[in-house]
Amino acid sequence: MEAKRDQFIVSVSPHVRDEESVRHIMWSVSAALFPALLASFWFFGPKAIFVTALCIISSVLSEYIFQKALNRKITINDGSAFLTGLLLGMNLPPSLPFYVPIVGSVMAVVIVKQLFGGLGYNIFNPALLGRAFLLITWPKAMTIWSAPTAKLTGLDAVTTATPLGILKEEGVGKLMEEFGTKSDLYMSLLTGERAGSLGETSAILLLLGAAYLLYKKYITWHIPLSFLATVGVLAWVFGGKGTLFTGDPVVHLLSGGLILGAFFMATDYVTCPTIRKGQIIFGIGCGALTMLIRLKGGFPEGVMFAILLMNCFAPLIDRGVKPDLFGAVKEKKK
Amino acid sequence: MKTATFERGVHPNDFKELTASKPVQQARIPKRVVIPLSQHIGAPAKVEVTIGDEVKRNQVIGSPPGFVSAPVHASISGKVVAISEFLHPSGRMVTSVVIESDEKDESITLKENPDFMKLSADEIKTCIKEAGIVGLGGATFPTNVKLSPPKEKTIDTVILNGAECEPYLTADHRLMVERPQDIVAGLKLIMKSVGVNKGFIGIEKNKPDAIEAMKKAAANEPGIEVSPLTVKYPQGAEKMLIKALTGREVPGKGGLPMDVGAVVQNVGTALAIYEAVRFGKPLTERVVTVTGKGVKEPKNLMVRIGTLVSELIEECGGLTENAAKVISGGPMMGFAQWSLDVPVIKGTSGILVQSEDEFVSSEEYSACIRCGRCIDVCPMGLNPSMLSILSEKGHYEDAKAYNLFDCFECGSCAFVCPSKRPMVQFVRLAKSQTKPG
Ligand code: SF4
Ligand code: SF4
Repeated sequence: MEAKRDQFIVSVSPHVRDEESVRHIMWSVSAALFPALLASFWFFGPKAIFVTALCIISSVLSEYIFQKALNRKITINDGSAFLTGLLLGMNLPPSLPFYVPIVGSVMAVVIVKQLFGGLGYNIFNPALLGRAFLLITWPKAMTIWSAPTAKLTGLDAVTTATPLGILKEEGVGKLMEEFGTKSDLYMSLLTGERAGSLGETSAILLLLGAAYLLYKKYITWHIPLSFLATVGVLAWVFGGKGTLFTGDPVVHLLSGGLILGAFFMATDYVTCPTIRKGQIIFGIGCGALTMLIRLKGGFPEGVMFAILLMNCFAPLIDRGVKPDLFGAVKEKKK
Repeated sequence: MKTATFERGVHPNDFKELTASKPVQQARIPKRVVIPLSQHIGAPAKVEVTIGDEVKRNQVIGSPPGFVSAPVHASISGKVVAISEFLHPSGRMVTSVVIESDEKDESITLKENPDFMKLSADEIKTCIKEAGIVGLGGATFPTNVKLSPPKEKTIDTVILNGAECEPYLTADHRLMVERPQDIVAGLKLIMKSVGVNKGFIGIEKNKPDAIEAMKKAAANEPGIEVSPLTVKYPQGAEKMLIKALTGREVPGKGGLPMDVGAVVQNVGTALAIYEAVRFGKPLTERVVTVTGKGVKEPKNLMVRIGTLVSELIEECGGLTENAAKVISGGPMMGFAQWSLDVPVIKGTSGILVQSEDEFVSSEEYSACIRCGRCIDVCPMGLNPSMLSILSEKGHYEDAKAYNLFDCFECGSCAFVCPSKRPMVQFVRLAKSQTKPG
């Protein structure tokens, strides 16, 4: 018997795998954020580019240095540090002193992610907890919003309030005054021509990215839909002046970090429940907490804290909700 | 075409085009066969020959020591040259009878039954038992045992499994195209043996020629229905097939098909049953798909049990330069082989040789990122992510609370895992460290 070789690879089945990988997913999510990011560069100019680049570079670098120092496997290629940096950048106001994004990134990657054991083990969404830390440390700098007038020229001295800020402080009348008609307001929110953090800009482009992720099945509808529906309903019921059922759900749905949060941050695999039914509970929780903070809390925007709070409950939800077991020993429905 | 299916599951590339249109070809009769005494679930057969004995084809060389077992037969005529431990496709060493051919290929006289449809249920089962028939889909459970449920279980449905959901394999496909009449006759014998008049033949829709052939063969059988199935893995798993065709769910925690009134047999098994009952032929050969990018000419071969894999590879033009992995069975549940010196056994549905570029390392896996994809695909509705994490940490007992023992190691979870975690390995480890119940 000639052609005989006894050096074969032996491993446990299955012997075929589909082509998805962590790396592929992470880079795809980053790519999905790109259109909206470009729009924010357009509206807020070079400073926005600077903030984002700082976040990404310091996230990736701090992961590299941390892993190198501890002699761990370097994982910067998996794209997760890049994505954390990108998401953090998109959650920041466009003009910040240079050290703020750096501190935020180190916080997110080293403390929130790596010290908990790295990707897969962290409890909180790194970008969001990083941002929360910055908000508490530099409350002033973190709430100075530039007007969306730069158009890449760099002339962006004007500062202003975000739509949600106006809504909270001065009411819906003032908001109308600023934007003109209701449809003008909706249009600005959709295109992103308004003040806010980088990722609070163009709802349309964010939705485009989200549609891609849904199509590729990198995320499912469970969290975003339950999150948005809860916000919409609560805004309509309680968002009005004085009387119930007079609120404007559209303003609430399109404002602030909701779209970014619902599609790109609450859906972070590691920090949300793994079971789809549990994700609906998670989404409703996020929506309810968001509206509680927006309507009754001290901050105009509540998406970030809502998601972070629900992150704590994700493991608990996973323990309580089970997938539908095949052949569960129970009464058969006829 | 409306197709029946189960919930969840995965869609691997099927690569069946390599052999799907190649008729089954008789393989060369080997000069030497290695016949393990354990080719089935249950007690190994007791050896009935000694070194130096002359045996004829179809002669019993091992007989069952108990009810859950099966006899084994000589697949060629010749001389017993060794009875010793030999490498088995499962990776274990198993006592095997080695026969060297006298090149005559002489058979013992077989007992034919031209009037086979007149036999009683017990007579049919005796023929099946004496022929050493076991589940040919790969499960290798002794068939007569499966056809003898305890009195208190009422069986009302027989299902023939022609799903062949494992990628690459086309053995059952070819049999359905080439021998549909005989398969239907086998199904009728099974139905008679368990006293049932409802039979299904489930076939995945990617085999339209097989569906057509079987429909034609069953046209005059009012009790037999040919049902197209959705192309999805693991459509051919017993429990999934029963769910797809009858809507019934076999209860978890060790439930069996008979608990929901069903008996499932593979189409190849049905054919073997027909041949055993009609011609008195023991199970000494089977169809094996030899395929993959690592063999030069993929083929469907009719192979004598005990033929070494190396001979089949040779018959298929040999290995390619970059052949990397040899698998006995399909790519989802088959066993990777150390060596080509392993025999084809009753449960060998295919020999798949993967090339280097198809090979995926299972060593470079990373932490679970909790993406939930495995939960979405697990046909048993388990939480594979949790099972793998608990097993990884050594919390085997805790894994039981997540229905560890309901996992049938189909590999769907590992197939989709973006972290490339060896999920089946984790499950097997946990199972080996604790007891069901
Ligand atoms: S191997 Fe087990 S846990 Fe994984 S999908 Fe199959 S049945 Fe579910
Ligand atoms: S598919 Fe893999 S990474 Fe995703 S939850 Fe399951 S085990 Fe974890």
